[in-house]
Amino acid sequence: MDRVPILKIGDVLLVSIQGDLDDQSVLTLQEDLAERVVATGAVGVIIDITAVEIVDSFVGRMLSTIAGMSRMLDAETIVVGMRPAVAITLVELGLSLGGLRTALDLEKGIALLGRTASAPLDDLSAVGQ
Amino acid sequence: MEQLSITSNDDVVIVRQKVRAHAIDLGLSLVDQTKVVTAASELARNTLVHAGGGQACIEVVQNGMRRGLRLVFSDNGPGISDLDLALTDGWSSGGGLGLGLSGSRRLVDEFTLDSDPGRGTVVTVTKWTR
Repeated sequence: MDRVPILKIGDVLLVSIQGDLDDQSVLTLQEDLAERVVATGAVGVIIDITAVEIVDSFVGRMLSTIAGMSRMLDAETIVVGMRPAVAITLVELGLSLGGLRTALDLEKGIALLGRTASAPLDDLSAVGQ
Repeated sequence: MEQLSITSNDDVVIVRQKVRAHAIDLGLSLVDQTKVVTAASELARNTLVHAGGGQACIEVVQNGMRRGLRLVFSDNGPGISDLDLALTDGWSSGGGLGLGLSGSRRLVDEFTLDSDPGRGTVVTVTKWTR
């Protein structure tokens, strides 16, 4: 089982899903994220699915659950990098992912959080140092 | 023709990967690849969750000039007593979203569901090249 790393950048937790996750890894990520949101007091969670080739109903539900759960823990979730083919497939599958905020890429996702979060993401300048 | 057994979460991942490889070989468009792999993921998971496991068969089929990818998911689980209900969006017996069968039907060109309560279920889907 793969464990997806959760990175902390300022007030934001960043998860970049790489490759094909089995269902148990998806559930583990959900639990890990809830714990990290509380432990770090993060105001935002960004889930990067640029490398994800398919989102089925299980992963779709995980994304919605993470968004709902984070909201209750005072953090905003934004899913970034969805591939066009994935978006088309999700809609035909019947998953609208209502309530889930998305941005086209990581940069736009961070900008979106910066506008909604009470605290500006000043710490982002530390990235890469 | 490739036969895979589905007995764990890892096998669902393997089914996705094999179906993708066949879809690419066949020359399905990226959107069609994504649709058929997503359908395969739903159906493979159904086999695991509702029947405790089963088989997936991946086959390339031909109809005149068109070629297609046919996937057969079979299990010896409890079967489905009400097929119409099972194909209703949002109805689930397993605590899921209820989109596995109904959703995957929309993602493929042909879909048949055969089930014998108490004996098992066979779902056959086909995606044709355009």
